[in-house]
Amino acid sequence: MTVLVTGASGLLGSAVARALVARGETVRTLQRRPSGVPGAEDVAGSVTDRATVAAAVDGVDAVVHLAAKVSLAGDPAEFTAVNVEGTRTLLDAAERAGVQRFVQVSSPSVAHTGTSLVGVGARPADPDRARGEYARTKAASELLALGRDRAGAGGGLRVVAVRPHIVWGPGDTQLVERVIDRASSGRLPLLGHGAALIDTTYLDNAADGIVAALDRLADQPSAVHGRAYVITNGEPRPVADLLTGICRAAGVEPPRWRVSAGLARVAGGAVEAVWRVRPGDDEPPMTRFLAEQLSTAHWFDQRETWADLRWRPAVSLDEGMRRLAAHYGGTAR
Amino acid sequence: MTPHPASTVPPGLPGLARFSHVRGDWHYLDNGAELSAHGIRPVGTVLAVHGNPTWSYLWRDLLETVTDRAIEAAAAVGEYPDGVQGAWRVVAVDQLEMGLSARTGRRRTLADRVADLSALTAELDLEGPVVTLGHDWGGVVSLGWAVDHPDRLAGVVLLNTAVHQPDDAAIPAPLRLALARGVHRWGTRTTRAFLETTLGLARPRLARDVADAYRLPYRAADDRAGIEQFVADIPASPEHVSRPELDRIADGVRRLDVPALLLWGARDPVFSDRYLDDLVHRLPRASVHRFEDAGHLIAEDVDYAPVVLRWLGSAVSGDDASASGSTAAGVPAFRPMWAGLDERAADPASRTEPAVLDLTTTGAGRRVSWRALDRQVRRIAAGLHEIGVRRGDRVSLLVRPGPTLTALVYACLRIGAVVVVADAGLGVRGLTRAQRGAWPQYLVGETTGLAAARTMGWPGVRIAVDPLDPVRRRVLGVEHELIDVARTGEGVDLPPEPGPDDDAAVLFTSGSTGPAKGVLYTHRRLSALRDALATHFAVGPETGLVTGFAPFALLGPALGTRSVTPDMDVSAPRTLTARAVADAVKAADARMVFLSPAAILHVVDTADRLTAVDREALGRVQTFLSTGAPISAGLLEAARSLMPAAEAHTPYGMTECLLVTDITLDGIREVADAPDAGVCVGRPVGAGRVLVSALDDDGAATGTPSDAPGVLGEVLVSAPHLKERYDRRWLTDVAAERDTPTGHWHRTGDVGHLDAAGRLWIEGRLAHVLTTPAGPLAPVGPEQAVERADGVRRAAVVGVGPTGVQQAVAVVEPVPGAGSARPGRAPERLDAAVRAVSSVPLAAVLLAPEMPTDVRHNSKIDRARLADWAAGILAGGRVTLP
Repeated sequence: MTVLVTGASGLLGSAVARALVARGETVRTLQRRPSGVPGAEDVAGSVTDRATVAAAVDGVDAVVHLAAKVSLAGDPAEFTAVNVEGTRTLLDAAERAGVQRFVQVSSPSVAHTGTSLVGVGARPADPDRARGEYARTKAASELLALGRDRAGAGGGLRVVAVRPHIVWGPGDTQLVERVIDRASSGRLPLLGHGAALIDTTYLDNAADGIVAALDRLADQPSAVHGRAYVITNGEPRPVADLLTGICRAAGVEPPRWRVSAGLARVAGGAVEAVWRVRPGDDEPPMTRFLAEQLSTAHWFDQRETWADLRWRPAVSLDEGMRRLAAHYGGTAR
Repeated sequence: MTPHPASTVPPGLPGLARFSHVRGDWHYLDNGAELSAHGIRPVGTVLAVHGNPTWSYLWRDLLETVTDRAIEAAAAVGEYPDGVQGAWRVVAVDQLEMGLSARTGRRRTLADRVADLSALTAELDLEGPVVTLGHDWGGVVSLGWAVDHPDRLAGVVLLNTAVHQPDDAAIPAPLRLALARGVHRWGTRTTRAFLETTLGLARPRLARDVADAYRLPYRAADDRAGIEQFVADIPASPEHVSRPELDRIADGVRRLDVPALLLWGARDPVFSDRYLDDLVHRLPRASVHRFEDAGHLIAEDVDYAPVVLRWLGSAVSGDDASASGSTAAGVPAFRPMWAGLDERAADPASRTEPAVLDLTTTGAGRRVSWRALDRQVRRIAAGLHEIGVRRGDRVSLLVRPGPTLTALVYACLRIGAVVVVADAGLGVRGLTRAQRGAWPQYLVGETTGLAAARTMGWPGVRIAVDPLDPVRRRVLGVEHELIDVARTGEGVDLPPEPGPDDDAAVLFTSGSTGPAKGVLYTHRRLSALRDALATHFAVGPETGLVTGFAPFALLGPALGTRSVTPDMDVSAPRTLTARAVADAVKAADARMVFLSPAAILHVVDTADRLTAVDREALGRVQTFLSTGAPISAGLLEAARSLMPAAEAHTPYGMTECLLVTDITLDGIREVADAPDAGVCVGRPVGAGRVLVSALDDDGAATGTPSDAPGVLGEVLVSAPHLKERYDRRWLTDVAAERDTPTGHWHRTGDVGHLDAAGRLWIEGRLAHVLTTPAGPLAPVGPEQAVERADGVRRAAVVGVGPTGVQQAVAVVEPVPGAGSARPGRAPERLDAAVRAVSSVPLAAVLLAPEMPTDVRHNSKIDRARLADWAAGILAGGRVTLP
């Protein structure tokens, strides 16, 4: 099987591409920078470029689409161009090339606003109510992708959307290393009392879940096509426990001071970098979305995901922390 | 007024038109045609009669439910057999001059109405056996039909009604007002006052469209003539024209030999509990459910239709084979509760020996011989009978444990009066609910109890235990003093003994796991409790009991052995000292000691004051029981060290079955290293049996009851000494006996498992089970693990999140002085300590400076409240105290 992985230079995209290579698939990648995935064939370029995309999908059986503009702030037009139009371009090309399977990697934020989420399932994506340009455009692109699902007796493109929630792991420059960086310079506040339960996804589990979704699309009949699944470790923890665990794993002192959730929501603060995923110099101010993410509960009902994908997270939160500690030289709690 | 004919239901009342018919002057709802159109032959007919000022609209839910279910059932079978299960024809009439029936201008008495109804049913060709259903004054009319058609009658169902108005009691105030000269016509006909007042009784308020539907046939003053006449026809005085018919019906009801169902809204200003009690006496076989929060319009307040259908299925059609069971085969021979007392009192060798000793401060060392106790019991029994107490009458005993209470209990049992015992621990509100629910005819009390009864308006003819001066007597409404009652009974023959299956006692649950419920025991079941205790613990005439736990103090005479209450305030177990126990053992030469865990704690704490003589006396104790609540092995061990020769037992039970299983201290030690979660409570006592109904993923006990080891589920018990039923809580009975094996079983609401050796392990309450993605999780096992962590004094494991995906959260109360006690997320070190020993994955560890507990025991952690608290914090809400 030949699989195209877009966005394979990112943490998760790279993990997915590596997992597919490891089990013997032919892997092609599409992103602007080199993927660095050994054994994969890189196609350099943007998903917004039709010609590049057409070349990338040529001859592939399946697409795992991770490439996206991931940021907390920025030009709305740019979000739309990459996340919505890029996905449309990729879908168009995939259909023309006779691709059979398409995994749209999405985000739980496409369906959920800032209120607390307590054990909920995957609701339909809602571009009108999603918060922020990223979530709004990811919602639109998920709807677009699922709308192209043509599974039937006669074949046609099968689409599934997978929404990993807060992916982290060793080498993660986005969450983990920013937490460590901020904490070591004493600039990492906890929002509120830090007790809100947050479910996260250890990197390897997220990659496995995406590969499982790809495999389930091949089932005859497939239970998953046309549907969206949230993927997590299924181990919600108070947000403060998670940040403390990351700090301990890195050998830095965890934060001790607090900003009230209400204050942070109004004034913004320093935590924006924690969730700011794309490194660069355009560091956005803390958004309300972020403050809510860190001060209200976000955890999910994983029963359907487990049953339909026939997948369970293999790496527990504690094991993930141990691996983090091994990587950064700290101690796992 | 202008007469007008009957009419069918106008458009705009959804669902009713399909049932609406007119025949002569009558309008009625009838599903017969619809059933027949579907080829369904009903098993019988329900004849429903509304009251004043409602109409057949009252019964719409029953018509719809029964019809739709029957059609569904028939469709599911695919053919149309005769008597589809639960297919009843329902005929709900509008009484003449009422509802959509004709306004003829004729005044109708009760006798007329009963005759009118019979005439209609003769024309309607009712199918099969008939069950009458009536509400309010429709209840009386329906019973009139029932009394007149014994050959057709298969059952009666009544909702808030009355058939008897005692001459010496005032009719309810709202009716007095409605009947008052000058008010009557104005209130019932000229204006809508009576109608609107009645509709306003619904709890909660009626929806606007429902209220409008009730108003529909009564919009014009002329339409309301029937309401006026109906009120006028209330036989408020003995001379009233309808009084003979009412009395005829009331007497006839006593002779009805059919199943009956009474559904009662307790908050009815007109048909109060007094009338329920009257009906219960007339229909002793009735299934009764008293809805504490429902009112007069009970058919609107509660979802009564499925209840009626369920009852029809089990009591009338006999679908439910396991409905009976109390007279199952293998019931042991019956020996009445007073037999032991009789025998010891009759035996010249023992008659002067002490039967009851009271070392409490109030008892001041009273010592009552077998002969004296027997004489006192007989005098009080005969005296109670002389003042009118009859078999089946209820006597509430608001008397502290001691010889007087003992004599009263045995006196009541002997004449078949039902003792009602509600612990003062329920508090005044709980006691008020209990007294109203049980509705005793007599109330025997000490002055404090009588004062509470007066203030709170508890029912019952007052009998004072203490002598009172005339002023207090009057103030407290006391009609008799116990000393006079006993004197009246002197030398008077006793009435015949009650039968083994007559009601004997109503005991109240503690109220720590929901509102206190009355639990009814028959004589057979009480005697079986005595026998189970005697056999299991080898209690003989020479055993001698020290009873620091009230319920067992009462069993001494039945067991035929002396019992002594130690020096303590019996309502405050923490007042019992080790010396007091030793003194009691010496006074009665007792071999057996009953204590509650709270008392044991204080006994152990005061052990240093024991003298050598005390210790020697305690050394003669052979059996020691901790009863009433769970106890730790450590505390039991400490208590046993004071009674080194004794075997320490801690039985497991509940108000519904006081002895389910038993385990000894040695037994507890034996299982100390077992891998099982929970508290081992040992094996069933005597002929008792225990099964487990497995929990499903939603935490519901849906598994077929089984004795398979290692299965987590709801604990079911069966024993000769199990309760007969809950008191006036038929639906609670149905729930407690749901899907149980043949025989008499009870779902305890506790969860746990059996081990391979047949021992029962309790793991918590069904209501506290967590439903995690990995399946149901009972809290006690995980809590025991967490409590082993350093710095943890007490722990509760609760679930947060929706059913089926709950996350386990440990809430811990820290050891005092062991660091921060701020509520919220536990400090890092405590968190790590708890996680290190936890037997289950924990989403979070929260700190509660002090656990919320129930007021009564100060020991049962309020897990429901903690779960809400934890859910709020873990959703990002404010951190408060639990």
